[in-house]
Amino acid sequence: MQDALHGYENTRGGTEATFGDFEQARQTAAAIKWEAIENLDTLLGEFADKLEARGTRVFWAGNGKEAVDYILGVCKEHGAKNIIKSKCMTTEEIHLNPALEAAGMQVVESDLGEYIVQLREEAPFHFVFPAMHLKRDRISRIFEEKLGTEPSADPEELTMIARGVMRQKYCEADIGISGANFAVADSGMISITENEGNARLTTSLPKVHIAVLGIEKVVPKLEDLSVMLQMLGTAGTGQWLTAYNSMIGGPRQPGEVDGPEEFHVVLLDNHRTKLLADPEQRDALRCIRCGACLNVCPIFKNIGGHNYGTTYQGPIGSVITPHLRGLQSYKHLSFSSSLCGACSETCPVKIDLHHHLMRNRRNAVQEKGGKMERWMFGQFAKVMTHPKRYRGSEGLMRFGAKLWQPFKGRKLDPLKAWTASRDLPAPAPKSFMKQWKEREREQAQERGEDPS
Amino acid sequence: MSGREEILGRVREALSVPSHAGVKAVSGEGVRDVREARGFLPDGGSTTEARLAKFRELAAKLKAEVELLPDLAAAGMYLADLAKKEGWRQIASHRHDLTNPALESLGVPILWTDDEPSTADLEKVEAGVTSCEALIAQTGSVLVTGKGCGGRALSVLPPHHVVMATLDQLLPDMLAGFDLLRERYRDQLPSFVSFITGASRTGDIERILVLGAHGPKRLTILILEN
Ligand code: SF4
Repeated sequence: MQDALHGYENTRGGTEATFGDFEQARQTAAAIKWEAIENLDTLLGEFADKLEARGTRVFWAGNGKEAVDYILGVCKEHGAKNIIKSKCMTTEEIHLNPALEAAGMQVVESDLGEYIVQLREEAPFHFVFPAMHLKRDRISRIFEEKLGTEPSADPEELTMIARGVMRQKYCEADIGISGANFAVADSGMISITENEGNARLTTSLPKVHIAVLGIEKVVPKLEDLSVMLQMLGTAGTGQWLTAYNSMIGGPRQPGEVDGPEEFHVVLLDNHRTKLLADPEQRDALRCIRCGACLNVCPIFKNIGGHNYGTTYQGPIGSVITPHLRGLQSYKHLSFSSSLCGACSETCPVKIDLHHHLMRNRRNAVQEKGGKMERWMFGQFAKVMTHPKRYRGSEGLMRFGAKLWQPFKGRKLDPLKAWTASRDLPAPAPKSFMKQWKEREREQAQERGEDPS
Repeated sequence: MSGREEILGRVREALSVPSHAGVKAVSGEGVRDVREARGFLPDGGSTTEARLAKFRELAAKLKAEVELLPDLAAAGMYLADLAKKEGWRQIASHRHDLTNPALESLGVPILWTDDEPSTADLEKVEAGVTSCEALIAQTGSVLVTGKGCGGRALSVLPPHHVVMATLDQLLPDMLAGFDLLRERYRDQLPSFVSFITGASRTGDIERILVLGAHGPKRLTILILEN
């Protein structure tokens, strides 16, 4: 993973150098998204009107459940059995796949990285590079296991295996589901950025295409993409532009030879308006999900994407998740940052990420934790500030830890809320204070002094 | 059900409190107008020669092949040669002033997307030959639309995508590409527009570049001087 991220930094540096003025381009991108977010009401209305005028069905979903129900409804209406998806973090956010599968449909992720993590039944590791934590031998093994293919240590061969499987799936699929990187208000088009071509196939071949996107994806004008797409390519992968940047403005139109008969756009709020209501932090909605802040984050590099336990990992995930899912349960994320500022430095739309993390910390403290947590920290303070109580607590800790072992992680575990996603370190067999005393004694003996 | 009015209402209410000035100041006083910001982006070149050089340079980095050919006859010969080398048994294309004459004497059966072949049939061809709306020097891209270039699938489903263009279609940058679309289609933009930049690729396995992930493994761009 470290190598991969190092490679990213090198290519990105080279691409930035080809810009007339990368810093100024960044400011333009920042300004475009500021305008979009501050005029979200009119721009969203315009976006939806333009889409509807050309036969697209727009659905406004207040939360994940409404979005999922709507999509299920469309699938059932068409008697859909096979669904093909191209990468879409928004559908991860609303847990669409399990719902479709529960309704008896087969769902296949077509993006290679997403497909690999889907076969492994795990969450994406990074929202741009989902399978970056896996080496080729692990990928070969999962293909062997799930697809019955021959083992291979060649990334090209492995890619071709997936290509072969997918070709079949595109042709069979009743419905294609995609996300979007941008929603262009003045022309009523979504814009999708990708390298593999899987999103193009997903949105071209099936009879029905459903795009799921957050309401924050808006940019005001088609021409704005001339800046945004190059910023996304450069910041996201280091390439000046990805292989395919496609805009879709409706189902197949008169005079066109192909394309879906039906096009649905699901616009998702799911607490985004809550974040929008925060005048200090609403600009985090300007995020274009390039993933650059993950790539440069020392914490992400160390703990990896799965430990965040969120749809959106890394610094941006730590900023927005507490707003999207409730500050108290995700506030610890704001502490998983060294506040080094590398994220803010790299963000193509200039979101001041590390300061937002500090604001979240402040808000979390002001809002105060649960009763139990406050009581525990209160006790902790009492113990820590008195040497006698502290020494007394050590023995108690070791005793408690032994007592706790059989309950650890089970239903009866009194610390379950804490240990469900974290590990409690085992108390050291000997305390630092004890060790210090023993050493002093040994050294004194060596020097021939009387330790007492 | 929340519906449009409810969500837009929430958006309006949220925005009734102005953004924090201090937070906004961090983004700086950026140039908002993308036309003014043109110079901040990579330069596409101001002469045809410069644009062609830039386009070739980027295409080479992307491992796309660019051939500058004098005329349609030369393009026809080039295609015949490709057909032999790649052993084309069937290809697909769409009826267009460039593709029709160039494919006339190829001697390989052609599926025309104008006749709306099935996906299964289109999936079997060895190459897709399309026209394009424009070429973009700044990014080395081919601009296609669903309306003008044979549909959505033709340029992504076959394993080899061959693009036919004329030299005067080579535009400096993406912005010029959008301007052209507006001019050509007014407010009836095609339902599908794409900037194709190199062949389909992935780096999802250990970040090692592999061409032909789902779309074409090979991209050839024929530019006619006349
Ligand atoms: S916050 Fe900025 S750097 Fe991070 S993903 Fe979003 S746009 Fe990219």
